[in-house]
Order: sequence, then C-alpha cells, then structure tokens
Amino acid sequence: MGKTLYDKVFDAHVVRQLASGQTQLFIGLHLIHEVTSPQAFEMLRDRDLAVPYPDRTVATVDHIVPTEDQSRPYKDDLAEQMMRAIESNTKQYGIRLYQPGSGKQGVVHIVAPELGLTQPGMTVACGDSHTATHGAFGAIAFGIGTSQVRDVLATQTLSMGRLKVRRIEVNGKPQPGVYAKDVILHILRKLTAKGGVGFAYEFAGSAIEAMSMEERMTVCNMAIEGGARCGYINPDQTTFDYLKGREYAPSGVAWDKAVSWWKSVASDADAAYADVVKFRAEEIEPTVTWGISPDQGVGVRESIPSAESFPESERANIREAYEYMGVQAGQPMAGTKVDVVFIGSCTNGRISDLREAANVARLHGGVVAAGIKAFVVPGSEQVKKQAEAEGLDKVFLEHGFEWRQAGCSMCLAMNPDKLTGRQISASTSNRNFKGRQGSPSGRTLLLSPAMAAAAALEGKISDVRQILSKGA
Amino acid sequence: MSQIKVISGRAVPVRGNDIDTDRIIPARFLRCVTFEGLGEHAFEDDRAQDKAKGHPHPFDQPQFKGAAVLVGNSNFGCGSSREHAPQALYRWGIKAVVAVSYSEIFFGNTVAMGFPCVHVSAADAEALQALVEADPTLEVVVDIEADQVRAGGKVFASSIPAGPRKQFLTGSWDATSELVAGLPEVRVVAERLPYVTAFA
Repeated sequence: MGKTLYDKVFDAHVVRQLASGQTQLFIGLHLIHEVTSPQAFEMLRDRDLAVPYPDRTVATVDHIVPTEDQSRPYKDDLAEQMMRAIESNTKQYGIRLYQPGSGKQGVVHIVAPELGLTQPGMTVACGDSHTATHGAFGAIAFGIGTSQVRDVLATQTLSMGRLKVRRIEVNGKPQPGVYAKDVILHILRKLTAKGGVGFAYEFAGSAIEAMSMEERMTVCNMAIEGGARCGYINPDQTTFDYLKGREYAPSGVAWDKAVSWWKSVASDADAAYADVVKFRAEEIEPTVTWGISPDQGVGVRESIPSAESFPESERANIREAYEYMGVQAGQPMAGTKVDVVFIGSCTNGRISDLREAANVARLHGGVVAAGIKAFVVPGSEQVKKQAEAEGLDKVFLEHGFEWRQAGCSMCLAMNPDKLTGRQISASTSNRNFKGRQGSPSGRTLLLSPAMAAAAALEGKISDVRQILSKGA
Repeated sequence: MSQIKVISGRAVPVRGNDIDTDRIIPARFLRCVTFEGLGEHAFEDDRAQDKAKGHPHPFDQPQFKGAAVLVGNSNFGCGSSREHAPQALYRWGIKAVVAVSYSEIFFGNTVAMGFPCVHVSAADAEALQALVEADPTLEVVVDIEADQVRAGGKVFASSIPAGPRKQFLTGSWDATSELVAGLPEVRVVAERLPYVTAFA
C-alpha cells in the first residue's frame, strides 16, 4: 500500500517521539507577522531561549497595516507599537523582515509563495489559520498559536499529533463564471464547517489539476473553514512552472534535484485514505454565503434554505444566522443589497483575482452603484506593481472602485478598513463570522472576485454570468 | 511544571455549535503586545448583543460568575488561530472546557497553555448544560485521569487524545523544554532534508 503526501512529508520531518507520545516535528518554513508574534518573543526572553535557525523564519507585516495612509508613526498607537515590536524582535534575533516599501511586503500567505519560499514537501507553520494556503504547493502547512510560535522560534519544531487524510476529488470542467472560490465554498457547504476536524484535506481530481497555482491557493486557503487544519494538492508541472525563477526557488543543478524530490513526495497512486469524497465541477454554481459560517452558502440563483433542510442539531445555528443577518428562509440570494464591496485578502488578493474583477468591470461598462463603497486591496506590493503595469488600477478607478496599498484590510479589520453598524459587505475574504469585518453587528457575504465586482456594479448580489455573457 | 489531573468548580454553559474565536475575542483586542487584560473582553460583542436583546450572555449572568468550567457544543474555537481566544477565556477564569469537539488549532493552543479541553458526546454536553442551567451552584469535576466529568451525582464519560492526556497528567504540557532537549536530533533532521541544504 502506498503513502499519501501528508504521511511522506510528516515522516520526513519527524525528529523523535516525545514522552507523551506526541511527535517532535521539524518545521521547514516558519512565517511570522506582527499580530501573533510579540508575545512569543517575550516568552523567549523570559526563558532566555535563543533562535537556532533564524533563516528558517521569515517575517512580514499585514494585519494592522493601513491600506491608505501608510506614513509612520501610524495614527493608531497600538498598531504602531506592534510594528515597533516586530521591527525590534526580528532585528534582535536576525530574522528577515519585509516591510512596506521594500517591494516585497504583503499578506504573509501571498508573499511567501511569490518569493518562492513555499515549496513542495515542506512543513510550513505560521501563527495564522490561513497557513493552509501553502498546501497548494504540496506542503503540509498549518496555523499555530503564539505559544507554538515560541516553540518554533526556540527549536524549529513543534509537538504534534498526526491527522487522518480525506481525499476530495473535483472532476470535470466548471461552467464559465465559476471560480476556485466557488469550488471551495461549494465543498464547505457540502462537508460543513466541522466535517474536516481531525483531517488533512487532499484536493485532487481533474478540475483541481487544471487549476493555476493561484486558484489552488484559494482552495487550500479555506480548508480551515471546513475544520481541516491543512489542505494540500499534490505537486505537478503547474507547481514547478510557478516556482521556476522565483527568488528563493532553487536554480541550476539544484533545480533538477529539487524537482525530482518534489515529485517523490506526491501521494502514491495506491495510497490509502481515511475516506474519499467526490464532486462534479459542472454542478458547482457561483456561490454566495448568506449566514455567519463559511459553510452557509448557496448558488446565486438559489434561495436561503429552510432550517428544516438541515439536521436537527444544526437548526439553532441556522436560526441564529437568520436573525443576525436579517434574512428569512426562502428569500432569493440574488438581489440582496450590499453597502460595501471588498476585493482582496489571502484568499483572493492575487493578480489573477484582480484580473477577473477588472474584466467584469470592463464588460459591465458602468460604475460602482450609487451609495456603495467598493475597494480593491492587492495582496502584496508585488501584486500591486504587476496590476499597475497591466493598467488594472486604472480600470478599477475608472469604474468607481478605490485602489489601495497591500495588506489584510477588511478581511479581519484590525486596521482602519471596517464596516460600520449593520452594513452588509460582499467580500472576497474567507470568514463571515459575526463581527468579523470590524463592526460588532456588521454582515458579510463571501463570494468570488468576479461576483464581488458584479455586486459593486449592480449594487446587489447578481449572477456574474449575465455580465460575462456580454463578452462571449 | 505542574501536573493537571482534576479541574473542578462551577460551570457556565455556552450553547451553540461552531463558536468561533472572533466571537470569543474580537480582532480589535488583538492590537496588543501582551495577553494581559484580555479576560474582561471575552465574548464582548456577543455579550453586548445579548444584553441589548434582554437575555444576558451566560458570562454576564450573576449565577455563572466565577465559573471555572465552560460547557460547549461542537467545533468550539473554530476559525482564527489566535491564542488570544483561549487566553481570554483562561483569564476570565475558565480553567477547563467540556465540549463535543474543538478546532484543532484552538485545542493545540490550550494544550500549550495547560488548559484542558475534554470531549463528551453531544447528548452528554447538552445534559450537562441543562444540569448547570437548572442548578448553577453544582460543582462540576473534570477528571482527566478517570476520563470522566462528574456533576450532580451523574457521571459522564469524557476523553482527550492520548498525547495531550499524558502531557497534562505528567505535567509536560509545556513542551518547550522537551523540544529544546531534542535540538541535537533536530540538527540531524535538518541536515537530512534536501531543501534545508538547498538541494546541494
């Protein structure tokens, strides 16, 4: 019986069994940012611990960085204090830090792949749940908390248990207007927010294999919303083509050795899985969430489902979602009015996402609907530069969207970008939790960048296929 | 480091599946360089909204003040990896959680903090919630060694994965010193991994 990528990579990184029976696991790439690291560095100093592998940790700043006025000191004293902490901590321990203005700053899960830091066969950890993103490369990548950030800094290892592996196949060809975001929102809807607890998700099948690396990152990014601590895709030629020539990717003789090792870590054809779930890509619709959990989604032409269509144990949550969102069962999803549109985040802040959104604006031909605030936040300084070289910034501005600087922005609103009151946003980010976007009563509808652009231009949730058909 | 075998005290029921860490501690309270002071903000937005609706959140009901055990349902602590969430609960006074299931990241954070989270069946979680709602003065005993939760003369079977269970019982839940002791072996693994040596 063959092995899965998860088990091969896990096994290659085992240092030893601890007395508890947990595994001491080597972490190949440790990413840090300003929010979950300051307390970890304090703990290192309290315990007089060193950082033995400082070049295996890479830092950037993203969560609290303003996307309009980035001049220092920041107007928010607490944000400024956090920036100073990561500056002095990385300096003290000799860790690389990509700051705004470096040309390489951005959302940590966008920066590491574009620099070629994330590679197949690695273990990747970061004090952020969306670390699952890096699994797109065939890495075992997972979020950790601050005490564990301390452990990785101090030892380059973690105390871990092993997960089971569920293979999720998506076969066939998605309809036009259906994107990677719709694929993962559909999977979440079917497997629920807790269905993946205890599992790593291996995404496979012809529809996944046909995806670009950026699309694969969108899918893996939201594995965590299904309860799976990590999601991954076996590395293939698409992966190698993406990596070739990137700053930290191997080159020359090392490149060939790397590719052969990367190929060897992919799951064997006869690997055993805890279970296998299959989807048909043709059945996936442009999907929008209506509730307060990322698995509460429907196709754009569907209505909000009745509580009775869910298992008894879920109905209290469904009713809580109706109440918070101010919606009723049976209400059509299309036509839901929005106040704010946010395009960006580690889920959908990459260049291909911005191209899709700009394409919708061009085809629509109009401007952002009256009374709606729509803004586009590139995921990194490199994405911003590329978008501007392609003139996407001008497309957005001409069609009434704001064009911002790189950061996490309104995905979690730890910076000036926030909803107010009960505003509803159409957002390309990953979480529609209560209060997630900065207003305790704010509401979020998750969707693809193309659907978000359509919502901005129409002022309401609309089927983007009606706009795309104009270009056909 | 201390062994953690039994946690006991009064309990507070927090009903609902998929209680995410944004609800446990909203992101605006993550603008900090220390965990101090997070306890008073636990469930802040839920509490304000429940208060406005006229039925206070359990964390604001006087009969649950001083509770040491939180009784939840499924997928407790899902979403963001923020350790600020279990830190906020712990600093509010919660010293153990009893629930059906937890997000992996939340659970990992609690182990590293020495904050046990035990699993019970869905029916038992609801039965326990009903018990403490009916009598908030009940002492709830979370017994990791016996794999039991006891309250009001009733005994509920509980479980915790073998590794963390042993970590609590032997006092090795803070893994750092044991991980540091393994540094010579870490070096061996680093030298063996082809990408660490740049595929030389």
